[in-house]
Amino acid sequence: MSNQVHVDEVTGTATTGHEWDGIRELNTPLPRWWLYTIYATIIWGIGYIAYYPALPLIDGATKGMSGWNARSEVVEELSKLRAQRGPMNDKLAKTPLADVKKDSELLAFASAQGSAAFATNCAPCHGAGGQGAKGYPNLHADRWIWGGKLEDIQQTITHGIRWDSDSKTRSGVMPSFGRDKILNEDQISQVADYVLSFTNRADKSANLASGKKVYEENCAACHGDAGKGNRDLGAPNLTTQVWLYGGTKADIVERVRLGGGGVMPSWSERLDTTTIKALTVYVHGFGGGEN
Amino acid sequence: MATTTSKFSHAIFEKNSILLVIGVLVVISIGGIVEIAPLFYLKNTIEKVDGVRPYSPLELAGRDIYVREGCYNCHSQMVRPLRDEVERYGHYSLAAESMYDHPFQWGSKRTGPDLARVGAKYSDAWHRDHLNNPRSVVPTSIMPGYPFLEKTLLDTRSIAARMTVLAMEGVPYTPEMIEKAQVDLIAQGAIDSNGVDAMQKRYPRAIARDAKADKGELTELDALIAYLQQMGTQVDFKIYDDKANIR
Repeated sequence: MSNQVHVDEVTGTATTGHEWDGIRELNTPLPRWWLYTIYATIIWGIGYIAYYPALPLIDGATKGMSGWNARSEVVEELSKLRAQRGPMNDKLAKTPLADVKKDSELLAFASAQGSAAFATNCAPCHGAGGQGAKGYPNLHADRWIWGGKLEDIQQTITHGIRWDSDSKTRSGVMPSFGRDKILNEDQISQVADYVLSFTNRADKSANLASGKKVYEENCAACHGDAGKGNRDLGAPNLTTQVWLYGGTKADIVERVRLGGGGVMPSWSERLDTTTIKALTVYVHGFGGGEN
Repeated sequence: MATTTSKFSHAIFEKNSILLVIGVLVVISIGGIVEIAPLFYLKNTIEKVDGVRPYSPLELAGRDIYVREGCYNCHSQMVRPLRDEVERYGHYSLAAESMYDHPFQWGSKRTGPDLARVGAKYSDAWHRDHLNNPRSVVPTSIMPGYPFLEKTLLDTRSIAARMTVLAMEGVPYTPEMIEKAQVDLIAQGAIDSNGVDAMQKRYPRAIARDAKADKGELTELDALIAYLQQMGTQVDFKIYDDKANIR
Protein backbone atom coordinates (compact mmCIF):
# COMPACT_ATOMS: atom_id res chain seq x y z
CA MET A 1 0.00 0.00 0.00
CA SER A 2 1.25 3.42 -0.84
CA ASN A 3 1.16 6.36 1.53
CA GLN A 4 -0.42 8.47 -1.12
CA VAL A 5 -4.19 8.69 -0.94
CA HIS A 6 -5.82 7.83 -4.20
CA VAL A 7 -8.83 9.93 -5.12
CA ASP A 8 -11.52 8.54 -7.39
CA GLU A 9 -11.90 10.71 -10.45
CA VAL A 10 -15.64 10.36 -10.96
CA THR A 11 -16.89 11.01 -7.39
CA GLY A 12 -13.97 12.95 -6.00
CA THR A 13 -13.92 10.60 -2.97
CA ALA A 14 -10.79 9.04 -1.53
CA THR A 15 -10.41 5.28 -1.94
CA THR A 16 -9.18 2.78 0.63
CA GLY A 17 -6.16 2.01 -1.49
CA HIS A 18 -7.31 -1.58 -2.11
CA GLU A 19 -7.30 -2.58 -5.71
CA TRP A 20 -8.54 -5.74 -7.39
CA ASP A 21 -8.07 -5.98 -11.11
CA GLY A 22 -8.32 -2.22 -11.42
CA ILE A 23 -11.44 -1.98 -9.27
CA ARG A 24 -11.02 0.35 -6.28
CA GLU A 25 -13.04 0.64 -3.10
CA LEU A 26 -14.39 4.09 -2.20
CA ASN A 27 -13.68 5.22 1.34
CA THR A 28 -16.92 7.17 1.81
CA PRO A 29 -17.01 8.72 5.28
CA LEU A 30 -19.97 8.05 7.61
CA PRO A 31 -22.80 10.58 7.33
CA ARG A 32 -22.31 13.20 10.03
CA TRP A 33 -25.83 12.83 11.52
CA TRP A 34 -25.27 9.11 11.90
CA LEU A 35 -21.92 9.55 13.56
CA TYR A 36 -23.18 12.13 16.02
CA THR A 37 -26.19 9.94 16.88
CA ILE A 38 -23.76 7.19 17.86
CA TYR A 39 -21.78 9.59 20.02
CA ALA A 40 -24.99 10.83 21.61
CA THR A 41 -26.14 7.30 22.53
CA ILE A 42 -22.75 6.57 24.09
CA ILE A 43 -23.02 9.68 26.23
CA TRP A 44 -26.63 8.79 27.11
CA GLY A 45 -25.47 5.29 28.06
CA ILE A 46 -22.86 6.64 30.45
CA GLY A 47 -25.50 8.86 32.02
CA TYR A 48 -27.90 5.91 32.32
CA ILE A 49 -25.27 3.77 34.03
CA ALA A 50 -24.58 6.57 36.50
CA TYR A 51 -28.26 7.28 37.17
CA TYR A 52 -29.78 3.77 37.40
CA PRO A 53 -28.54 0.58 39.07
CA ALA A 54 -26.35 -1.02 36.43
CA LEU A 55 -22.90 -2.48 36.80
CA PRO A 56 -22.51 -5.68 38.81
CA LEU A 57 -19.53 -5.47 41.13
CA ILE A 58 -18.12 -7.73 43.83
CA ASP A 59 -20.85 -7.37 46.45
CA GLY A 60 -23.86 -6.19 44.47
CA ALA A 61 -24.59 -3.89 41.60
CA THR A 62 -24.04 -0.15 41.55
CA LYS A 63 -27.04 1.60 43.08
CA GLY A 64 -27.09 4.56 40.72
CA MET A 65 -27.60 8.18 41.73
CA SER A 66 -31.38 7.92 41.54
CA GLY A 67 -31.60 5.15 44.11
CA TRP A 68 -34.35 3.61 41.95
CA ASN A 69 -35.29 -0.01 42.29
CA ALA A 70 -38.24 -1.98 41.04
CA ARG A 71 -39.28 -3.34 44.41
CA SER A 72 -39.37 -0.09 46.32
CA GLU A 73 -41.14 1.49 43.37
CA VAL A 74 -43.98 -1.01 43.57
CA VAL A 75 -44.24 -0.40 47.32
CA GLU A 76 -44.53 3.30 46.56
CA GLU A 77 -47.07 2.71 43.78
CA LEU A 78 -49.21 0.62 46.09
CA SER A 79 -49.13 3.24 48.81
CA LYS A 80 -50.22 5.80 46.20
CA LEU A 81 -53.08 3.49 45.33
CA ARG A 82 -54.10 3.31 48.98
CA ALA A 83 -53.89 7.09 49.19
CA GLN A 84 -56.10 7.33 46.11
CA ARG A 85 -58.70 5.11 47.73
CA GLY A 86 -57.78 7.02 50.85
CA PRO A 87 -60.52 8.48 53.02
CA MET A 88 -63.28 6.32 51.50
CA ASN A 89 -61.29 3.18 52.15
CA ASP A 90 -60.65 4.21 55.74
CA LYS A 91 -64.31 4.99 56.16
CA LEU A 92 -65.25 1.59 54.78
CA ALA A 93 -62.77 -0.09 57.13
CA LYS A 94 -64.29 1.70 60.13
CA THR A 95 -67.99 1.54 59.26
CA PRO A 96 -69.87 -1.45 60.69
CA LEU A 97 -70.95 -3.79 57.91
CA ALA A 98 -74.65 -3.16 58.41
CA ASP A 99 -74.24 0.62 58.15
CA VAL A 100 -72.42 0.65 54.81
CA LYS A 101 -75.57 0.82 52.73
CA LYS A 102 -76.95 3.72 54.76
CA ASP A 103 -74.33 5.97 53.20
CA SER A 104 -74.98 6.02 49.47
CA GLU A 105 -71.52 7.36 48.64
CA LEU A 106 -69.85 4.65 50.69
CA LEU A 107 -72.12 2.02 49.20
CA ALA A 108 -71.14 3.11 45.70
CA PHE A 109 -67.47 2.96 46.66
CA ALA A 110 -67.77 -0.47 48.27
CA SER A 111 -69.73 -1.83 45.30
CA ALA A 112 -67.15 -0.54 42.82
CA GLN A 113 -64.27 -2.02 44.77
CA GLY A 114 -66.22 -5.22 45.35
CA SER A 115 -67.01 -5.47 41.66
CA ALA A 116 -63.32 -5.23 40.74
CA ALA A 117 -62.29 -7.78 43.36
CA PHE A 118 -65.13 -10.08 42.29
CA ALA A 119 -64.02 -10.05 38.65
CA THR A 120 -60.47 -10.99 39.62
CA ASN A 121 -61.09 -13.54 42.33
CA CYS A 122 -64.65 -14.84 42.34
CA ALA A 123 -65.81 -14.85 38.71
CA PRO A 124 -63.92 -18.01 37.67
CA CYS A 125 -66.28 -20.10 39.83
CA HIS A 126 -69.36 -17.93 40.42
CA GLY A 127 -69.45 -16.46 36.92
CA ALA A 128 -68.76 -12.94 35.71
CA GLY A 129 -72.12 -11.72 37.00
CA GLY A 130 -72.40 -14.05 39.98
CA GLN A 131 -74.74 -16.35 38.06
CA GLY A 132 -72.86 -19.46 39.14
CA ALA A 133 -72.53 -22.76 37.29
CA LYS A 134 -73.28 -26.38 38.05
CA GLY A 135 -71.55 -27.01 41.38
CA TYR A 136 -70.86 -23.32 41.97
CA PRO A 137 -73.72 -21.45 43.65
CA ASN A 138 -75.68 -18.69 41.96
CA LEU A 139 -75.34 -15.63 44.16
CA HIS A 140 -78.46 -13.88 42.87
CA ALA A 141 -80.96 -16.44 44.12
CA ASP A 142 -82.32 -15.82 47.58
CA ARG A 143 -81.59 -19.45 48.44
CA TRP A 144 -78.45 -19.51 50.53
CA ILE A 145 -76.67 -22.68 51.57
CA TRP A 146 -74.73 -21.04 54.40
CA GLY A 147 -76.83 -17.94 54.97
CA GLY A 148 -77.35 -14.70 53.09
CA LYS A 149 -77.02 -12.07 55.79
CA LEU A 150 -74.09 -9.68 55.51
CA GLU A 151 -72.26 -11.40 58.40
CA ASP A 152 -72.86 -14.82 56.84
CA ILE A 153 -71.43 -13.74 53.51
CA GLN A 154 -68.46 -12.08 55.18
CA GLN A 155 -67.77 -15.24 57.19
CA THR A 156 -67.98 -17.40 54.06
CA ILE A 157 -65.61 -15.20 52.06
CA THR A 158 -63.14 -14.79 54.91
CA HIS A 159 -62.81 -18.43 55.92
CA GLY A 160 -64.07 -20.36 52.94
CA ILE A 161 -66.06 -23.55 52.78
CA ARG A 162 -64.53 -26.93 53.58
CA TRP A 163 -61.11 -25.26 53.28
CA ASP A 164 -59.15 -27.45 55.64
CA SER A 165 -56.18 -25.16 56.24
CA ASP A 166 -58.47 -22.53 57.80
CA SER A 167 -59.63 -23.61 61.26
CA LYS A 168 -62.74 -21.38 61.10
CA THR A 169 -63.85 -22.63 57.71
CA ARG A 170 -67.44 -23.72 57.21
CA SER A 171 -67.64 -27.48 57.17
CA GLY A 172 -70.21 -30.14 56.72
CA VAL A 173 -69.72 -33.03 54.38
CA MET A 174 -72.44 -35.22 52.95
CA PRO A 175 -71.49 -38.92 53.10
CA SER A 176 -70.95 -40.83 49.87
CA PHE A 177 -74.04 -42.99 50.28
CA GLY A 178 -73.44 -44.93 47.11
CA ARG A 179 -69.67 -45.10 46.86
CA ASP A 180 -69.26 -46.09 50.49
CA LYS A 181 -72.16 -48.59 50.18
CA ILE A 182 -74.29 -47.02 52.92
CA LEU A 183 -77.33 -47.33 50.67
CA ASN A 184 -77.95 -49.70 47.80
CA GLU A 185 -79.04 -48.57 44.35
CA ASP A 186 -82.73 -49.26 45.04
CA GLN A 187 -82.68 -47.20 48.19
CA ILE A 188 -80.91 -44.35 46.41
CA SER A 189 -83.53 -44.38 43.66
CA GLN A 190 -86.35 -44.40 46.24
CA VAL A 191 -84.88 -41.55 48.26
CA ALA A 192 -84.36 -39.53 45.07
CA ASP A 193 -88.05 -39.99 44.28
CA TYR A 194 -88.93 -38.86 47.77
CA VAL A 195 -86.72 -35.76 47.41
CA LEU A 196 -88.50 -35.00 44.11
CA SER A 197 -91.81 -35.21 45.95
CA PHE A 198 -90.83 -32.10 47.96
CA THR A 199 -91.27 -30.14 44.75
CA ASN A 200 -94.23 -32.28 43.59
CA ARG A 201 -92.22 -33.86 40.80
CA ALA A 202 -92.14 -37.47 41.94
CA ASP A 203 -93.20 -40.11 39.47
CA LYS A 204 -96.68 -41.45 40.19
CA SER A 205 -95.40 -45.02 40.31
CA ALA A 206 -92.69 -44.15 42.84
CA ASN A 207 -92.57 -45.96 46.15
CA LEU A 208 -92.61 -42.84 48.33
CA ALA A 209 -93.16 -44.73 51.58
CA SER A 210 -89.85 -46.58 51.40
CA GLY A 211 -88.16 -43.43 50.09
CA LYS A 212 -89.45 -41.56 53.09
CA LYS A 213 -88.06 -44.23 55.42
CA VAL A 214 -84.60 -44.02 53.82
CA TYR A 215 -84.78 -40.22 53.95
CA GLU A 216 -85.68 -40.10 57.61
CA GLU A 217 -82.93 -42.51 58.56
CA ASN A 218 -80.15 -40.99 56.47
CA CYS A 219 -80.94 -37.49 55.28
CA ALA A 220 -83.30 -35.81 57.74
CA ALA A 221 -80.60 -35.19 60.35
CA CYS A 222 -79.06 -32.55 58.11
CA HIS A 223 -81.69 -31.66 55.51
CA GLY A 224 -84.57 -31.68 58.01
CA ASP A 225 -87.75 -33.76 58.07
CA ALA A 226 -89.46 -31.44 55.62
CA GLY A 227 -86.33 -31.01 53.48
CA LYS A 228 -85.90 -27.38 54.43
CA GLY A 229 -82.16 -27.81 54.92
CA ASN A 230 -79.87 -26.58 57.68
CA ARG A 231 -77.60 -23.64 57.13
CA ASP A 232 -75.34 -24.46 60.07
CA LEU A 233 -74.35 -27.65 58.31
CA GLY A 234 -74.50 -26.31 54.80
CA ALA A 235 -77.29 -28.75 53.98
CA PRO A 236 -79.26 -27.20 51.12
CA ASN A 237 -82.99 -26.69 51.15
CA LEU A 238 -84.49 -29.43 48.97
CA THR A 239 -87.92 -27.88 48.61
CA THR A 240 -87.04 -25.11 46.15
CA GLN A 241 -86.40 -25.09 42.45
CA VAL A 242 -82.82 -23.95 42.96
CA TRP A 243 -80.44 -26.88 42.51
CA LEU A 244 -76.69 -26.63 42.87
CA TYR A 245 -75.95 -29.89 41.04
CA GLY A 246 -79.07 -30.10 38.91
CA GLY A 247 -82.60 -31.08 39.88
CA THR A 248 -83.41 -34.07 37.70
CA LYS A 249 -83.72 -37.49 39.24
CA ALA A 250 -80.43 -38.54 37.65
CA ASP A 251 -78.68 -35.51 39.19
CA ILE A 252 -80.08 -36.27 42.63
CA VAL A 253 -79.14 -39.94 42.38
CA GLU A 254 -75.60 -38.98 41.46
CA ARG A 255 -75.33 -36.56 44.39
CA VAL A 256 -76.62 -39.16 46.87
CA ARG A 257 -74.10 -41.63 45.49
CA LEU A 258 -71.11 -39.30 45.72
CA GLY A 259 -72.00 -36.92 48.55
CA GLY A 260 -69.27 -34.45 49.37
CA GLY A 261 -69.81 -30.79 48.74
CA GLY A 262 -68.23 -27.81 47.08
CA VAL A 263 -65.01 -26.26 48.29
CA MET A 264 -64.40 -22.53 48.49
CA PRO A 265 -60.99 -21.15 49.42
CA SER A 266 -60.45 -19.03 52.48
CA TRP A 267 -59.74 -15.53 51.19
CA SER A 268 -58.31 -14.08 54.39
CA GLU A 269 -54.83 -15.06 53.22
CA ARG A 270 -55.15 -13.35 49.88
CA LEU A 271 -57.42 -10.32 50.41
CA ASP A 272 -57.38 -7.68 53.13
CA THR A 273 -60.38 -7.25 55.41
CA THR A 274 -61.57 -4.06 53.71
CA THR A 275 -61.63 -5.73 50.31
CA ILE A 276 -63.57 -8.63 51.81
CA LYS A 277 -65.99 -6.11 53.29
CA ALA A 278 -66.46 -4.49 49.89
CA LEU A 279 -67.01 -7.92 48.33
CA THR A 280 -69.57 -8.75 51.00
CA VAL A 281 -71.53 -5.59 50.27
CA TYR A 282 -71.27 -6.20 46.52
CA VAL A 283 -72.46 -9.81 46.70
CA HIS A 284 -75.19 -8.95 49.17
CA GLY A 285 -76.38 -6.30 46.72
CA PHE A 286 -76.93 -8.79 43.89
CA GLY A 287 -80.51 -9.04 45.06
CA GLY A 288 -80.51 -12.18 47.13
CA GLY A 289 -79.10 -10.62 50.26
CA GLU A 290 -81.01 -11.14 53.49
CA ASN A 291 -81.44 -8.65 56.31
CA MET B 1 -8.45 8.91 5.03
CA ALA B 2 -5.14 7.21 5.04
CA THR B 3 -5.10 3.69 6.37
CA THR B 4 -1.44 3.12 6.94
CA THR B 5 -0.62 5.98 9.26
CA SER B 6 -2.07 4.34 12.42
CA LYS B 7 -0.08 1.54 14.03
CA PHE B 8 -3.04 -0.75 14.71
CA SER B 9 -5.07 -1.68 11.70
CA HIS B 10 -8.20 -3.84 11.40
CA ALA B 11 -6.60 -5.10 8.23
CA ILE B 12 -4.89 -7.79 10.27
CA PHE B 13 -8.32 -9.17 11.35
CA GLU B 14 -9.69 -8.93 7.85
CA LYS B 15 -6.89 -10.99 6.45
CA ASN B 16 -6.67 -13.69 9.14
CA SER B 17 -9.90 -15.59 9.81
CA ILE B 18 -8.62 -17.44 12.90
CA LEU B 19 -7.62 -14.16 14.46
CA LEU B 20 -11.05 -12.74 13.59
CA VAL B 21 -12.79 -15.65 15.36
CA ILE B 22 -10.60 -15.21 18.43
CA GLY B 23 -11.30 -11.48 18.40
CA VAL B 24 -15.05 -12.07 18.21
CA LEU B 25 -14.88 -14.54 21.11
CA VAL B 26 -12.94 -12.07 23.24
CA VAL B 27 -15.47 -9.32 22.65
CA ILE B 28 -18.47 -11.59 23.41
CA SER B 29 -16.74 -12.95 26.51
CA ILE B 30 -16.43 -9.46 27.91
CA GLY B 31 -20.20 -9.08 27.60
CA GLY B 32 -20.70 -12.46 29.25
CA ILE B 33 -18.32 -11.75 32.10
CA VAL B 34 -19.97 -8.44 32.86
CA GLU B 35 -23.57 -9.58 32.51
CA ILE B 36 -23.68 -13.29 33.35
CA ALA B 37 -20.78 -14.16 35.65
CA PRO B 38 -21.88 -11.87 38.54
CA LEU B 39 -25.19 -13.76 38.74
CA PHE B 40 -23.26 -16.77 40.01
CA TYR B 41 -21.55 -15.04 42.91
CA LEU B 42 -23.82 -12.12 43.88
CA LYS B 43 -25.82 -13.06 46.96
CA ASN B 44 -28.87 -11.06 45.90
CA THR B 45 -29.33 -13.01 42.66
CA ILE B 46 -31.40 -15.56 44.58
CA GLU B 47 -32.27 -14.19 47.98
CA LYS B 48 -32.64 -16.59 50.88
CA VAL B 49 -36.32 -17.18 51.55
CA ASP B 50 -37.87 -19.50 54.12
CA GLY B 51 -40.30 -22.13 52.98
CA VAL B 52 -39.11 -22.89 49.45
CA ARG B 53 -38.57 -26.63 49.07
CA PRO B 54 -38.05 -28.97 46.12
CA TYR B 55 -41.24 -30.30 44.51
CA SER B 56 -42.73 -33.41 46.02
CA PRO B 57 -42.78 -36.39 43.63
CA LEU B 58 -46.48 -35.92 42.79
CA GLU B 59 -46.04 -32.19 42.20
CA LEU B 60 -42.99 -32.89 40.07
CA ALA B 61 -44.96 -35.38 37.99
CA GLY B 62 -47.61 -32.69 37.55
CA ARG B 63 -44.99 -30.17 36.55
CA ASP B 64 -43.72 -32.52 33.87
CA ILE B 65 -47.27 -32.70 32.49
CA TYR B 66 -47.48 -28.90 32.61
CA VAL B 67 -44.31 -28.74 30.52
CA ARG B 68 -45.38 -31.56 28.21
CA GLU B 69 -48.71 -29.90 27.39
CA GLY B 70 -46.97 -26.60 26.73
CA CYS B 71 -48.90 -24.62 29.31
CA TYR B 72 -46.03 -22.12 29.34
CA ASN B 73 -46.97 -21.10 25.79
CA CYS B 74 -49.97 -19.22 27.14
CA HIS B 75 -49.37 -18.90 30.89
CA SER B 76 -46.48 -17.10 32.54
CA GLN B 77 -45.31 -17.83 36.08
CA MET B 78 -43.89 -14.48 36.96
CA VAL B 79 -45.71 -11.74 38.83
CA ARG B 80 -43.66 -8.65 38.04
CA PRO B 81 -43.17 -5.92 40.63
CA LEU B 82 -45.75 -3.65 39.01
CA ARG B 83 -48.77 -2.17 40.71
CA ASP B 84 -51.45 -3.74 38.53
CA GLU B 85 -49.89 -7.20 38.66
CA VAL B 86 -49.44 -7.16 42.42
CA GLU B 87 -53.05 -5.97 42.79
CA ARG B 88 -54.34 -8.72 40.55
CA TYR B 89 -52.18 -11.73 41.32
CA GLY B 90 -50.61 -11.11 44.71
CA HIS B 91 -47.04 -10.63 45.88
CA TYR B 92 -44.49 -10.32 43.08
CA SER B 93 -42.48 -13.44 42.34
CA LEU B 94 -39.14 -14.03 44.01
CA ALA B 95 -36.21 -15.67 42.27
CA ALA B 96 -36.07 -18.22 45.08
CA GLU B 97 -39.57 -19.42 44.23
CA SER B 98 -38.39 -20.91 40.97
CA MET B 99 -34.91 -21.94 42.11
CA TYR B 100 -35.77 -25.65 41.83
CA ASP B 101 -37.38 -25.31 38.40
CA HIS B 102 -35.34 -26.94 35.63
CA PRO B 103 -36.22 -25.41 33.25
CA PHE B 104 -38.03 -22.45 34.78
CA GLN B 105 -41.57 -21.73 33.59
CA TRP B 106 -41.53 -17.93 33.75
CA GLY B 107 -42.83 -17.80 30.20
CA SER B 108 -42.94 -14.75 27.99
CA LYS B 109 -46.54 -14.66 26.90
CA ARG B 110 -49.86 -14.27 28.65
CA THR B 111 -52.70 -15.45 26.48
CA GLY B 112 -54.12 -16.77 29.73
CA PRO B 113 -53.51 -15.31 33.18
CA ASP B 114 -50.28 -15.58 35.11
CA LEU B 115 -50.19 -18.73 37.24
CA ALA B 116 -47.40 -17.93 39.68
CA ARG B 117 -49.91 -17.47 42.53
CA VAL B 118 -52.74 -19.71 41.35
CA GLY B 119 -52.18 -22.21 44.16
CA ALA B 120 -55.04 -22.34 46.71
CA LYS B 121 -57.00 -19.76 44.73
CA TYR B 122 -59.61 -22.21 43.43
CA SER B 123 -60.88 -25.56 44.63
CA ASP B 124 -59.60 -28.87 43.27
CA ALA B 125 -63.05 -29.45 41.79
CA TRP B 126 -62.78 -26.19 39.88
CA HIS B 127 -59.45 -27.23 38.37
CA ARG B 128 -60.97 -30.57 37.45
CA ASP B 129 -63.95 -28.97 35.71
CA HIS B 130 -61.81 -26.28 34.14
CA LEU B 131 -59.16 -28.61 32.72
CA ASN B 132 -61.79 -30.99 31.38
CA ASN B 133 -63.73 -28.21 29.72
CA PRO B 134 -62.76 -24.60 30.46
CA ARG B 135 -66.06 -23.31 29.02
CA SER B 136 -68.05 -25.15 31.70
CA VAL B 137 -66.88 -22.65 34.31
CA VAL B 138 -65.54 -19.70 32.30
CA PRO B 139 -67.85 -19.25 29.30
CA THR B 140 -65.55 -16.82 27.49
CA SER B 141 -62.39 -18.90 27.90
CA ILE B 142 -60.36 -19.74 24.78
CA MET B 143 -58.25 -22.34 26.54
CA PRO B 144 -58.38 -25.82 25.00
CA GLY B 145 -59.84 -28.61 27.12
CA TYR B 146 -57.62 -31.40 28.41
CA PRO B 147 -60.20 -34.13 29.10
CA PHE B 148 -57.70 -36.90 28.35
CA LEU B 149 -55.67 -36.09 31.47
CA GLU B 150 -58.43 -37.50 33.64
CA LYS B 151 -58.51 -40.67 31.57
CA THR B 152 -54.75 -41.23 31.54
CA LEU B 153 -53.17 -43.05 34.46
CA LEU B 154 -50.04 -41.38 35.78
CA ASP B 155 -46.71 -43.03 35.08
CA THR B 156 -45.41 -43.40 38.63
CA ARG B 157 -42.42 -45.60 37.89
CA SER B 158 -40.10 -43.08 36.25
CA ILE B 159 -40.30 -40.49 39.03
CA ALA B 160 -37.15 -41.61 40.88
CA ALA B 161 -35.14 -41.43 37.67
CA ARG B 162 -36.42 -37.92 36.99
CA MET B 163 -35.50 -36.83 40.50
CA THR B 164 -32.02 -38.30 40.07
CA VAL B 165 -31.48 -36.13 37.02
CA LEU B 166 -32.69 -33.04 38.87
CA ALA B 167 -30.38 -33.89 41.78
CA MET B 168 -27.50 -33.86 39.32
CA GLU B 169 -28.62 -30.38 38.27
CA GLY B 170 -28.43 -29.14 41.83
CA VAL B 171 -31.89 -29.72 43.29
CA PRO B 172 -31.28 -30.97 46.84
CA TYR B 173 -33.07 -34.30 46.55
CA THR B 174 -31.42 -36.62 49.05
CA PRO B 175 -30.79 -40.31 48.31
CA GLU B 176 -33.58 -41.04 50.81
CA MET B 177 -36.03 -38.84 48.90
CA ILE B 178 -35.14 -40.55 45.66
CA GLU B 179 -35.41 -43.99 47.22
CA LYS B 180 -38.87 -43.17 48.62
CA ALA B 181 -40.00 -41.22 45.54
CA GLN B 182 -42.64 -43.64 44.35
CA VAL B 183 -43.90 -44.32 47.89
CA ASP B 184 -44.24 -40.58 48.55
CA LEU B 185 -45.94 -40.03 45.23
CA ILE B 186 -48.59 -42.63 46.03
CA ALA B 187 -48.97 -41.33 49.60
CA GLN B 188 -49.70 -37.78 48.42
CA GLY B 189 -52.42 -39.13 46.19
CA ALA B 190 -54.03 -41.17 48.95
CA ILE B 191 -54.83 -38.99 51.94
CA ASP B 192 -55.81 -41.85 54.23
CA SER B 193 -52.72 -43.95 53.62
CA ASN B 194 -49.97 -44.50 56.19
CA GLY B 195 -47.22 -42.82 54.20
CA VAL B 196 -48.66 -39.30 54.35
CA ASP B 197 -46.80 -38.23 57.50
CA ALA B 198 -43.45 -39.46 56.23
CA MET B 199 -44.09 -37.72 52.90
CA GLN B 200 -44.95 -34.45 54.62
CA LYS B 201 -41.82 -34.71 56.75
CA ARG B 202 -39.75 -34.81 53.60
CA TYR B 203 -41.85 -32.21 51.80
CA PRO B 204 -43.28 -29.78 54.38
CA ARG B 205 -46.79 -28.47 53.68
CA ALA B 206 -47.29 -30.80 50.70
CA ILE B 207 -51.04 -31.40 50.62
CA ALA B 208 -52.23 -34.99 50.33
CA ARG B 209 -55.36 -35.61 48.29
CA ASP B 210 -58.01 -38.26 47.96
CA ALA B 211 -57.03 -39.40 44.47
CA LYS B 212 -57.18 -43.16 45.11
CA ALA B 213 -53.48 -43.52 44.37
CA ASP B 214 -53.29 -46.57 46.63
CA LYS B 215 -55.90 -48.25 44.43
CA GLY B 216 -53.91 -47.52 41.28
CA GLU B 217 -56.30 -44.88 40.03
CA LEU B 218 -53.98 -41.86 40.14
CA THR B 219 -54.36 -39.89 36.91
CA GLU B 220 -52.31 -37.24 35.19
CA LEU B 221 -55.01 -34.73 36.11
CA ASP B 222 -54.48 -35.45 39.82
CA ALA B 223 -50.75 -34.80 39.46
CA LEU B 224 -51.30 -31.58 37.53
CA ILE B 225 -53.76 -30.31 40.16
CA ALA B 226 -51.27 -31.13 42.93
CA TYR B 227 -48.70 -29.05 41.07
CA LEU B 228 -51.07 -26.14 40.38
CA GLN B 229 -52.38 -26.02 43.94
CA GLN B 230 -48.94 -25.57 45.52
CA MET B 231 -47.92 -22.87 43.05
CA GLY B 232 -46.80 -19.70 44.79
CA THR B 233 -47.84 -20.96 48.23
CA GLN B 234 -44.47 -22.04 49.61
CA VAL B 235 -43.38 -18.63 50.88
CA ASP B 236 -45.41 -17.17 53.72
CA PHE B 237 -45.59 -13.51 52.79
CA LYS B 238 -46.99 -12.61 56.20
CA ILE B 239 -43.53 -13.20 57.64
CA TYR B 240 -41.48 -12.45 54.55
CA ASP B 241 -39.44 -9.25 54.98
CA ASP B 242 -39.37 -7.63 51.56
CA LYS B 243 -37.17 -4.78 52.79
CA ALA B 244 -34.40 -7.19 53.72
CA ASN B 245 -34.04 -8.23 50.15
CA ILE B 246 -34.59 -4.96 48.33
CA ARG B 247 -31.86 -4.45 45.81
